[in-house]
Amino acid sequence: MADHAPAETLALRVQFDTEAQQKDASTLGMWLFLITEIMFFGGMFTVYTVYRSWYPDVFAIASSSLNEIIGALNTGVLLLSSFTMVMAVRAGQLGQRKAILIFLILTLLFGGIFLGVKGYEWNQKFEEHHIPGQAAFHLEGVAPSDQGHAQLFFSIYFAMTGLHALHMVIGVGILLTLIVQARKGRFSASYYTPIDVTGLYWHFVDVIWIFLFPLLYLIDRHLVK
Amino acid sequence: MITAAPQEREHYLNASHGLKSWLLTKDHKRIGLLYLATITLFFFIGGAFATLIRVELLTPQGNLVSSETYNKLFTMHAVSMIFFFLIPSIPAVLGNFFLPIMIGARDLAFPRLNLLSWYLLVIGGAFSLFAMIAGGVDTGWTFYTPYSTTYSNSWVIATALGIFIAGFSSILTGLNFIVTVHTMRAPGMTWFRMPLFVWANYATSLIQVLGTPVLAVTIVLLFLERVFHLGIFDPARGGDPVLFQHLFWFYSHPAVYIMVLPSMGVVSEIISTFSRKAIFGYAFVAFSSVAIAVLGFLVWGHHMFVSGQSLYAGMVFSFLSYFVAIPSAIKVFNWTATLYKGSISFQTPMLYAFGFIGLFTVGGLTGLFLAALGMDIHVTDTYFVVAHFHYIMVGGALMGYLGGMHFWWPKITGRMYPEGWAKLSALVIFLGFNLTFFPQFILGYLGMPRRYHVYPAEFQVLNVLSTAGASVLAVGYVIPMIYFIWSLRYGKVASANPWGATGLEWKTSSPPPVHNFEETPVVTHEAYDYASLMAEEVEVG
Repeated sequence: MADHAPAETLALRVQFDTEAQQKDASTLGMWLFLITEIMFFGGMFTVYTVYRSWYPDVFAIASSSLNEIIGALNTGVLLLSSFTMVMAVRAGQLGQRKAILIFLILTLLFGGIFLGVKGYEWNQKFEEHHIPGQAAFHLEGVAPSDQGHAQLFFSIYFAMTGLHALHMVIGVGILLTLIVQARKGRFSASYYTPIDVTGLYWHFVDVIWIFLFPLLYLIDRHLVK
Repeated sequence: MITAAPQEREHYLNASHGLKSWLLTKDHKRIGLLYLATITLFFFIGGAFATLIRVELLTPQGNLVSSETYNKLFTMHAVSMIFFFLIPSIPAVLGNFFLPIMIGARDLAFPRLNLLSWYLLVIGGAFSLFAMIAGGVDTGWTFYTPYSTTYSNSWVIATALGIFIAGFSSILTGLNFIVTVHTMRAPGMTWFRMPLFVWANYATSLIQVLGTPVLAVTIVLLFLERVFHLGIFDPARGGDPVLFQHLFWFYSHPAVYIMVLPSMGVVSEIISTFSRKAIFGYAFVAFSSVAIAVLGFLVWGHHMFVSGQSLYAGMVFSFLSYFVAIPSAIKVFNWTATLYKGSISFQTPMLYAFGFIGLFTVGGLTGLFLAALGMDIHVTDTYFVVAHFHYIMVGGALMGYLGGMHFWWPKITGRMYPEGWAKLSALVIFLGFNLTFFPQFILGYLGMPRRYHVYPAEFQVLNVLSTAGASVLAVGYVIPMIYFIWSLRYGKVASANPWGATGLEWKTSSPPPVHNFEETPVVTHEAYDYASLMAEEVEVG
């Protein structure tokens, strides 16, 4: 321990002794962050669970007004983006700089498609006037006294998919910075932690959608038709 | 021992100069001082609101401010004190400064994230300050719906946004601490050699990381409801306002432990140092911090006994609330057992630690009154509740903070504070505090409701006593402000270890060098190993 504080290099920050310690810290940090995200979305899932159990029939009708084909296709797109993200991390481990760049760009592309389709779905809801808090709100097949409950479904739908999309947008922003760094050749087999932890984040956002899709689109759908 | 004058040796304060070297610093010690300046500002803002409240309550008639203004005063007092003073206080100032040093690290795991956390607190504080100046907010710090979403005409969004942003400061600080404790301990610094202050901050960080995101999403829903009329808490559409209360208290009850757990950590350090003994039952005290953090998440419903939640839920919450008393009592008993046959000296930090134990015990025991369903219904929303939580938050959390500030001031600044003045102010604060808040227990028991500025004339004597106590308390808070600043220039130069304490922070110079230690320390002793320290002294001497 002669040199207590080694000079800071690009890859190893001054507070750490070894690169392994630094990677441990970064990975643990991202996992902890994801736990905070679980608690954040957990509040929303609690709200969903309470109202779904209070108003199951209205929620089933409201749920069936969403287009499950588009939802399923979009789920596929998102899963594909998770696959390319894994491949980017793998390319990082192997130090294949060109492959890192290609897979990051593909992930960005699929993420962008997902957001575009989501925007199209929201736009449809606006055209159908399925917007909570508006006088024009009316959902077919629901009694006038239950229209408020139907509004609650769409409140939850917009809040949950909106927060999910916000996380996607943040992920896209992070991917863009990674792509810029990858183009400069910053990543190698000995330093790819940013790709690794971004991968954790990206998969987490994907997993949230894996829960949202059945909860919002699929449950009790068959009872309605 | 340092013999040269401190300004000649390079340390974290004189290593670089200028505003930019502070505003862009990644040094956890400097960031701790940035926090100190910020929260001190909010302490005095919150104190100003408290002063206005106490002056209004001197007379039974509401003749100083209108009811609307009074609503804003107690709301903004709470928002300043809770979110911008107490929650960041010990973790962000003393924890930031000492947690890395106490485990022998050069810095926190993520120094840039640490700086970002401070900026988030400042930005959040700016939003809330803006709301206060623009016209204030009148919902109470609890933001209960549907008043906050539909009816209040005050600055709800700006205030809530400020709290939302400051919440991320709290989350990121907690995250940084947890990662640091897991990955940055010096050689030989095992988990059960860590000072109890580190354990307490670790437990606090768990609450910050697990609880604060729930507050964040609750504020998001509040925002969406107020701005876009989503209606999730709107009874007119089948929404449930009580659901808001559940989500709010899921964070805000554990938040009480964010405020008081770090103080308990400080008290463990002080009691051990000034009785020159290892903490009795170290492992029990360490695990009681974690137990408080875990149990704290299971008791939020005791804030809602009269909300209309189910009776069975109420009974379970009541039952679980009693469990929190167990780890709290373990701490108090173990501190007392530590004092037994110790070589006790009554320096200022020790006075604050004694103050903490006494006042926290009163606050904790009255908490048991409130955890009992029938008793709680009698005193719900009365001054009994106000007195109870001020005994915990001011008598507990703030006493610990001030004790810690005195204990570590020599290390932070390299200067001693004036002991005589400090002892005097500790006494003034203790007496002023009790005179302020003890009458409020009686007021509440007699039925004076909180949050009203008009009250029956028979309550005036006790209210005048309380206001008199608040004046004494204010003097007690101003004295340390003056002598701390005075000591920066005129205080006696502090040695590396003025208290003869055992922690790693006392093994480096005062103030510490930029990277905390000249050489990475290797830990060979248990925490608080005064026995072998004194044995060595005997051999040498």
